[in-house]
Amino acid sequence: MIRLRQIIQNSTVQFWTILFTVTWLLSRYSWDLYKTLDARWIIKYPAAARLPLEDKISAFMQWLVEDASFGLFSFRDMTRFIASLIEAPYDFARDLLIEGFSVGLGNEAVEIAPSLSWIAIIVTLAAMGHYARDWKLAALMGGCFLYLAVFGQWDSAMVTLASVLIAVPIGAIGGLMLGIFAYRWPVFEQVIRPLLDLMQTVPVFAYLVPILFLFGFGPVAALVATIIYAMPPMVRVTILALRAVPGEVKDVGVMVGCTKHQLMWKVMVPSAAPMLMVGVNQVIMLTLNMVIIASMIGAGGLGFDVLTALRRLDIGGGIEAGVAIVVMAIALDRLSQAFASRVAADHQLDPDLPLVKRHPWTVTVLVVAVGTFLLARLLPGIQSYPEAATLSTGTFWSDVIGYINVNYFDTFEAIKTAFLSYLLLPVKRFFVGIPWAWGIIAMTLIGWRVGGIRLSGMAGLFTAFIAASGLWDKAMVTVYLCGVSVLVASAIGIPMGILAAQNDRANRVINSLIDTLQTLPSFVYLIPVVMLFRVGDFSAMIAVVLYALAPAVRYAAHGIRNVDPQLIEAGLVSGCTPRQLLWRIKLPMALPELLLGLNQTIMLALSMLVITALVGTRDLGQQVYIALTKADSGLGIVAGLSVAFIAIIADRILSASAKRAKQRLGLMS
Amino acid sequence: MKKPILLDCRNVWKIYGAQAGRVHAEHRGNPSAETLKNQGLIGAVRNASVQIRQGEIFVIMGLSGSGKSTLVRCLSRLIEPTGGEILFEGQDLLTMRDKELIEIRRKKMGMVFQHFALLPHLTVLQNAAFPLEIQGMGKAEREARAREVVELVGLKGREDYYPRQLSGGQQQRVGIARSLAVEPDLWFLDEPFSALDPLIRREMQDEFLRLQNLLHKTIVFITHDFDEAIRLADRIAVMKDGEIVQIATPEELILNPATEYVEEFTRHIPRSKVLTLGSVMSPGAVAGEAAGDLQATQRIEDCADQIEASDLPFRVLSEGGTVVGSIGRQIVVDILIGRKVSL
Ligand SMILES: Nc1ncnc2c1ncn2[C@@H]1O[C@H](COP(=O)(O)OP(=O)(O)O)[C@@H](O)[C@H]1O
Ligand SMILES: [Mg+2]
Repeated sequence: MIRLRQIIQNSTVQFWTILFTVTWLLSRYSWDLYKTLDARWIIKYPAAARLPLEDKISAFMQWLVEDASFGLFSFRDMTRFIASLIEAPYDFARDLLIEGFSVGLGNEAVEIAPSLSWIAIIVTLAAMGHYARDWKLAALMGGCFLYLAVFGQWDSAMVTLASVLIAVPIGAIGGLMLGIFAYRWPVFEQVIRPLLDLMQTVPVFAYLVPILFLFGFGPVAALVATIIYAMPPMVRVTILALRAVPGEVKDVGVMVGCTKHQLMWKVMVPSAAPMLMVGVNQVIMLTLNMVIIASMIGAGGLGFDVLTALRRLDIGGGIEAGVAIVVMAIALDRLSQAFASRVAADHQLDPDLPLVKRHPWTVTVLVVAVGTFLLARLLPGIQSYPEAATLSTGTFWSDVIGYINVNYFDTFEAIKTAFLSYLLLPVKRFFVGIPWAWGIIAMTLIGWRVGGIRLSGMAGLFTAFIAASGLWDKAMVTVYLCGVSVLVASAIGIPMGILAAQNDRANRVINSLIDTLQTLPSFVYLIPVVMLFRVGDFSAMIAVVLYALAPAVRYAAHGIRNVDPQLIEAGLVSGCTPRQLLWRIKLPMALPELLLGLNQTIMLALSMLVITALVGTRDLGQQVYIALTKADSGLGIVAGLSVAFIAIIADRILSASAKRAKQRLGLMS
Repeated sequence: MKKPILLDCRNVWKIYGAQAGRVHAEHRGNPSAETLKNQGLIGAVRNASVQIRQGEIFVIMGLSGSGKSTLVRCLSRLIEPTGGEILFEGQDLLTMRDKELIEIRRKKMGMVFQHFALLPHLTVLQNAAFPLEIQGMGKAEREARAREVVELVGLKGREDYYPRQLSGGQQQRVGIARSLAVEPDLWFLDEPFSALDPLIRREMQDEFLRLQNLLHKTIVFITHDFDEAIRLADRIAVMKDGEIVQIATPEELILNPATEYVEEFTRHIPRSKVLTLGSVMSPGAVAGEAAGDLQATQRIEDCADQIEASDLPFRVLSEGGTVVGSIGRQIVVDILIGRKVSL
């Protein structure tokens, strides 16, 4: 314990104690200070000195949409063109899966062909499962989608699936192309790398607003936002994957006389394919993550159902649609992972075999599609799942929550009150009380302490930006909520990680739990929490903790597991008890990993916080959300940037600390 | 009667580090090791000149990090040399435009890599056909040709396997098949057998010699294994710290090592395996009666038993069939037991 503290603080104890004491005093007495000195600027950033960024941005967006022109065509034409590129395939996918093909508009529309029957779609997905791995996956795929049909979620699920079918290929191929450009032209990489970093930290909501402005409310805007959100990891993975292709393999391509084009498409990309598929899997997961958020700007489907249920506090409906999203996420995640690790059939198919034997699945799927199409003329239940046979779990969930609330209301209320009064509110008072001017100074000092002059400048400037945008109070609420959530997540996650690292059974259980948590779209966490604790900071905190738990666990486990075994043996030989071993050797050595885990936890917490604005927190997330409802691009972007800046400061400071810790422990020269 | 030169490489340099080109130019294309070190540069290849002749097996030998791979990559222009000249069939490779270079690589060069570098998503047959596919050859035609080379390297029956289903030795056979598919004039092999177990390595060397007997390619073969070099080479270039220390036939290398460094390599090599009768015989005709005739190009190892068993010396004949010298039991015994022979 003592050793651990020594290593963290390493005789710089005074710095942190003094900094904290001054901050606390100022926070506690800022109000009195303002009263006695009659200097309001102490607690409130002077309105006259505010940056007029919001208005500038709003005006710029207005100009872009109304007047901007590139000579031959206007900006408006360009957005319309992009919209039409996305809309056509989206409409097709939607027609194919659920609406049916028709010509004409409105009441005069004439159906010319029905959509695929639900049976055909389920068989297709099961067939893909078998093709990608085995019968077990086929059963999982079939089971998941059958669930959607039986439990009455089919129509919404197909609308969601249609947007996944459009967003994923565009995101994956677009990311691949950008990655290839970056790999070929280092200059291009230097341009997009900071952009990618920023994209990872700016909350989605922030660019929902301008997208809404440019594309109007509707599925196209939703798809554009989804693609922008899901593409960056694919770009990163592509660059990494291409770099990881062995030099010799590239040399082979050059030596057999490939042109540049051939080298890329016949040698590099196929060799990198397994890793690229990991990127595609990420695109799929992020796309599903966006399903609910995107429904705020016009995506229909399951996300829309969840959102309306949340807004109406319709417990049963929310859980039903939420579970449906989870089911779909799990199915698509497993399927894409299977494709990523698929080993091609060991022997090539014998071309002399009849068609049916060579492509059994393609044939089955075609037969089922045509067969159900014909049979559906006689039995409508084959075309779309009969309404009468659907089951609803909505009332069941409402009853469960109702039962819990009736019988355990006092317990939940007590827990909530205890957390609020002993943890949340004191921390909130502390952060909100910090005068903005001291906040800037403190961040500058901390940056200088851990990272040197450049970090100091950056931390100071970013903090000043937040203050100057007039968002200081909201930012402090964000910091407080994020801080508390990260604290709780670490308090739960790090012990779990330590346990997982030291015990195989625990490892298996914890791993599967964390895997599942990570497959769930972030919104889903909100539903049960809000049902039990209603809206407010406490609910927000729980949702954030659940969402941000995974990295705390993962990094702690990884850090402990990677401690040099010789050090542990040395400890054992000198007679350490298991306890001493943990506190004196494993934890101090794992400190850099723990810090990186903390970093990731903060990033996830911040991105989730923006979503919890829906349950009524009063932080930057709420500002973004307000901007969205008012279509106020300026406010949306400035508030979004503020969140991003908080994330970037936290990231840089923690990375610098991890680096220092590593150097101190001799893990890095 | 020397064969014509296929690849002529003159004063080739490859320097790694910032401003390598400037330093090279400032010292009139000949910076000293000292200069490079002071500037923080790495002279991976320094002033290398080699002439590769039609039909020979030219081995580049040196310890790991001595610059062999860098040199051979300069020769094929996989990396751009910092300075020097490389002539392939009389044309300057370094000033050649991309299009011509691609053409030469497609039709005239083949290369085998240390770690096989097979394309994981292609079968054995498709890997072997890959260079032909790149050239735009039709599927039926290229697969027929690929079948031939796959059979040539002894992998008939495994055409439809994927690389990961093959052992290391088999994978390298595929690598060899692929490099031979285009019938290259010049064949580069960069430590092709170094990643293989010793027993397999030996088998692959035999296989390689068998192929060369069939095909008579011009070969640049890289190895860090002196035994392998001796076994395979017509001529050997020994490299150290980026420089070529000596270029010679295996025999010359053992008889007259240019430096102590080279001698160190040759020390443990049994002389009888390398030396030919021509280099150890007593010149001039046999004084008295002779036991029989032997060829000057024969290695001592191959006829030692015969010479030892006979009390009389043997006549040694040149390629033309004229008597050029004689050899008796004493010399052979001296060489076999490793006694210093005055030659
Ligand atoms: N891309 C590079 N950048 C810097 N140094 C290199 C690079 N490639 C090779 N070297 C250096 O050049 C020297 C020769 O390397 P190499 O030709 O691979 O040796 P070998 O093939 O004989 O083992 C080594 O010292 C190596 O570190
Ligand atoms: Mg090498």
